[in-house]
Amino acid sequence: MLEKLTTPRTGGLLVLAVIIVLLPLFLPNNYYYDVAIKIGINAIVVVGLNLLVGYAGQISLGHGGFFGLGAYTSGVLTVYYGWSSILALLAGVVLVGVISFVIARPILRLSGHYLAMATLGLGIIISIIITNEDWLTGGPDGMYVEPFTLFGWELYGEQTWYWVIGVLLVISVWLALNIIDSPAGRALRAVHGSEVAAQVVGVDTTGYKVLLFVVSAVFASLMGSLFAHYSGFISPVQAGFFHSIELVTMVVLGGMASTFGAVIGAVILTLLPQLLSGFEDFEMVIFGLILMLTLIFMPKGLVPTLSALFKDRRGRKP
Amino acid sequence: MSLLRVENLSKSFGGVDAIADLSFAIQVGAIHAVIGPNGAGKTTLFNMITGLYQPTRGAIFLEEHNIVGQAPYTLAKRGLSRTFQNLQICMNMTAVENVMVGRHLHLNRSFIAAMLRLPIIVRGDRQCREKAAELMEFVGVGKYVKTDANAMPYGALKRLEIARALAAEPKVLLLDEPAAGLNAKETAEIDQLIQKIATTGVTVVLVEHDMKLVMNISDYLLVLDFGKKLAEGTPDEISNNPDVIAAYLGGG
Repeated sequence: MLEKLTTPRTGGLLVLAVIIVLLPLFLPNNYYYDVAIKIGINAIVVVGLNLLVGYAGQISLGHGGFFGLGAYTSGVLTVYYGWSSILALLAGVVLVGVISFVIARPILRLSGHYLAMATLGLGIIISIIITNEDWLTGGPDGMYVEPFTLFGWELYGEQTWYWVIGVLLVISVWLALNIIDSPAGRALRAVHGSEVAAQVVGVDTTGYKVLLFVVSAVFASLMGSLFAHYSGFISPVQAGFFHSIELVTMVVLGGMASTFGAVIGAVILTLLPQLLSGFEDFEMVIFGLILMLTLIFMPKGLVPTLSALFKDRRGRKP
Repeated sequence: MSLLRVENLSKSFGGVDAIADLSFAIQVGAIHAVIGPNGAGKTTLFNMITGLYQPTRGAIFLEEHNIVGQAPYTLAKRGLSRTFQNLQICMNMTAVENVMVGRHLHLNRSFIAAMLRLPIIVRGDRQCREKAAELMEFVGVGKYVKTDANAMPYGALKRLEIARALAAEPKVLLLDEPAAGLNAKETAEIDQLIQKIATTGVTVVLVEHDMKLVMNISDYLLVLDFGKKLAEGTPDEISNNPDVIAAYLGGG
């Protein structure tokens, strides 16, 4: 039992849950809750994106687009068409699922720079559509979204949202860890390690890449929907290029192919703009700098690098 | 009925014929070798058989089914498995995980079951890990079970690749220069391993450019030169074939 608790899997999940439960003791007011919720939302998107980018080794610079698509589907359907929040959220999932599936096959034949460019283009197209179709989306001015309601119960206030997002974060980390530690997960990592080797032992590599592209897009769409209801206001920024870059930077900084690393990346890079609130204009520059420095000095990312160091230290002791 | 049969197979790269009008058949069992100098088209032939290259002309039959145009992963289902001349090991995984990937076709691959980590996945994975460890033992790299692939020596990785190919439980195992880069002692050990594999009922086809090496262990040889069949037959026939002696042994 004790042995099981110290495995990265169970132990890590436990630590995450304990932190989420205890954190409110240190959150003096709703501003801090708000930051924690935004961290949680980013973390869930990044945990999903990490499956694609970190584990399967397929870059996507378009996931901000899927986040925005989820957000706007929820916003438009609930506000203008009177759909219930949960149905609108599911509609977003279906829409993003179908779009990402249709696009994934041609796009994932590409690799490296070409894949990056294609996904970048995809994200930009989504954000342009959201900006230009102002009769539906409010255009660059954004739109207001009503709170999330479920069976007459209104999800409102930072403290309630904190627990919802907290539970969802634990669930998503659990799901991601499960996927990685399964035949499908090994197949994915094999795609990263040697695609041709995976193919000749029977792995449908394209199929898996498409599947993970869709799964990670759906993670983003779900969180986009919830973000729309939580913040009450959405704008094309959520679907924008910078948001996509932010997400990828979180994956890279925290650690490619490390689910907990993805969470840490989200924590650091969501906190950073809060700490740098006086330097708003430089935010993008600083993100770029972090991305560059990470790739140069610890290409494996924060968590894998630190855990390797730790193992090394422990290994050297007699 | 032949297990694997190639008919009038040709592959050209920008006007250069890597393989030209090649026909041969491989029967069940035993060890077959495709030999020829570097550039004779051996690896191209393997790549076509395993679906990585599409032939320009001709047909390939596996158990009398034409398999041209099928994706590599479909061919794996039909019983083809292979290793690579330049190692294709997943360096981002541990040694045993590499072999476990080889078991892919024999595992429950339901994504939903995996996401929820149902007992069937946990149990399947445990058996898979044991089986993979057994295979590593079989090919002689048992002590590296828990090692990261990127921390293993070259010779062990060559064997690990064989273990991964065997994990798929192939009918035909294609080995692309299994002894490339190995010293004489390691080469002798690989020879023994190949013979051991053949006794388990797997049909082995290997590519090798070192002729002396394959003469010892092969039951049947196919000699290629500039993409064409120069000769085929038993080691005795080959070593007495004047064409082979002229083109390969003598001229080399």
